[in-house]
Amino acid sequence: MPEYQIVVCGSIVPDPLQTLEPISGPTGPALKNEMMLPAWLDPWAGHALFEAANLASKNPGSKVWLVALGPKAKLQQVMMTLAQKVPFELVALDGPAGGFTDASETAAALAEAIQAIPGLDRSRLLVFGGWESASRGAGATMQIVGEILGITDQFQGVDEIVIEAGGALRILERIEGGRHQVSLCDAPPALLGWATGNLPEPRNNPQVGMANMRTIMPALQKAKPAKVGADGLTFSSVAVPKQARDTKIVKDLPADQIAAEIVEWITNK
Amino acid sequence: METILFLSPSEGALTKNALEALATAKQLADSLGTTLSVGLWGDAPQAAADGIASCGATKFLAVAGAEFSQPRYATDAAASEALCRASGATIIIGPSCSRWNRVLAGVAHRLGGRADSHVTGLSATDGAPAIARWYYRQRMEGILTRTQRPWVLAVESGIAPAWDGAPGTAAVEPVACAPAGARSNVTGIEAPAADQQTIRPDAELLFVTGAGWTKKQPDGQVKTEGAQKLILDFLRLSRASLGSTKSLVDLHGEGVATLTFLNHMNQVGQTGSTPRHAKGLSTCCHGEEPHTVGWRFIGERRAISLDAGCGWARGKADVLYVADAFAVMEKVNALLAG
Repeated sequence: MPEYQIVVCGSIVPDPLQTLEPISGPTGPALKNEMMLPAWLDPWAGHALFEAANLASKNPGSKVWLVALGPKAKLQQVMMTLAQKVPFELVALDGPAGGFTDASETAAALAEAIQAIPGLDRSRLLVFGGWESASRGAGATMQIVGEILGITDQFQGVDEIVIEAGGALRILERIEGGRHQVSLCDAPPALLGWATGNLPEPRNNPQVGMANMRTIMPALQKAKPAKVGADGLTFSSVAVPKQARDTKIVKDLPADQIAAEIVEWITNK
Repeated sequence: METILFLSPSEGALTKNALEALATAKQLADSLGTTLSVGLWGDAPQAAADGIASCGATKFLAVAGAEFSQPRYATDAAASEALCRASGATIIIGPSCSRWNRVLAGVAHRLGGRADSHVTGLSATDGAPAIARWYYRQRMEGILTRTQRPWVLAVESGIAPAWDGAPGTAAVEPVACAPAGARSNVTGIEAPAADQQTIRPDAELLFVTGAGWTKKQPDGQVKTEGAQKLILDFLRLSRASLGSTKSLVDLHGEGVATLTFLNHMNQVGQTGSTPRHAKGLSTCCHGEEPHTVGWRFIGERRAISLDAGCGWARGKADVLYVADAFAVMEKVNALLAG
């Protein structure tokens, strides 16, 4: 049975239920009260982590690392919850995780951290991450990480990985029109940018949390500062769109009259 | 001086999305007073080049070969890189399709440039190109410029009319490309049967279902099966595309009895998609931002909800019908069935 080394790249984003307001900061746009906003693991990166843990559990001897770039204090806050979900070893990078930094700079920092993991074996390496973040949402970081690591078997919008009998990876990627493209990759190394996958969020497991925290706290303490910015990038504006639609409220109208109005509307080109 | 390359995979004729990207590239080239080149790759891209022969490009470049017919990273990135290098372009514009989205950032890295995806606007001021794109899941829009070149872009569908012109015979210059041996192969496509496919990107109408469909109705009963039939009948009769709120899709993942035809690809907003349709009708939805970012690129919007304060409607929809969606949709289906 193959023993995989699965490196998951994942950062943190503000809780999406918070009101997000852009401001102009000294180095470009930022979010108002960014450090005060509650954070959580980027959703698609979270799915990547849960899928990695699931794959590792089915292939004994496999190991999962989470390489996370973010402000150290916010990382610590998120890890308190995340540590209880699945087993992993944290590699922390202390730097900005906002959406207005440049994907290429983020990718360079992540790739450098991955390359520094001791004992990494390319023939067993699977690099996972979210296909897009909930902040920048560019789908660029993982591609560049793969390029820096020399991995040209890349898959984006992944919803499933199955290990075939001979060790080949059968991968489902989202494509247009609600369809999946099926690919077979001979063997690792490969890079998978995950979409939602098929797994529910794991329940909290205090024993997993205890085991994870033994390595998470030292990893946070020795988190290397990562210089990540947005060189060469200039924002002329960042704004929340105006949402002023003058909504007409229709009350007390019988269902058949509403239906007639709707049908006329949808059939009128 | 900027030079523009329109770049696209070709699987026969170019897609509508690709023709829209071509129109965007041409418009930018005209605004900047510069030249436009075309780069295509695929099994036999000559036919696609002929289809846009009159687009005004000064050069048609192509990487051709059976190995470039597969939508996979290794060969798509190699072909794109070769075309970009052959063109010497400073701005490269492609359609926001799964093939180009999969490789554009990697290609930009190889070229020493930068990439931006999901571009929703391109403009030029005083000879300087700028793009618009969204951040934090379509919650705020940024307008930006970059100094690095080449600048590699993927433009969203629906931001420009598709290029429309006479076909002809394009003088295509072949570009050599020898990708390293690919270790991956595309073996097929998995898709629901045509009559069960609920995601229709080209549909006029997006029909959004919310968790209210699975809640207790005024008579105290849950009517999931009835909801399922009403929704599927409506999709069949109207040919609308189906979107869903996150809460409804998540119920499905948690094993709760719900609408069996929904999956994560139906989800709009948040970590779902933000589809582009001329019209949208939401039913039984609730919640505020960020759930409603699924509405962001919908033109005319109407909602049916029992909650007059529904976040999908107030200030976001043009019309809110305060009514029981079960009753209304039953009548709608009857009218559509004629």
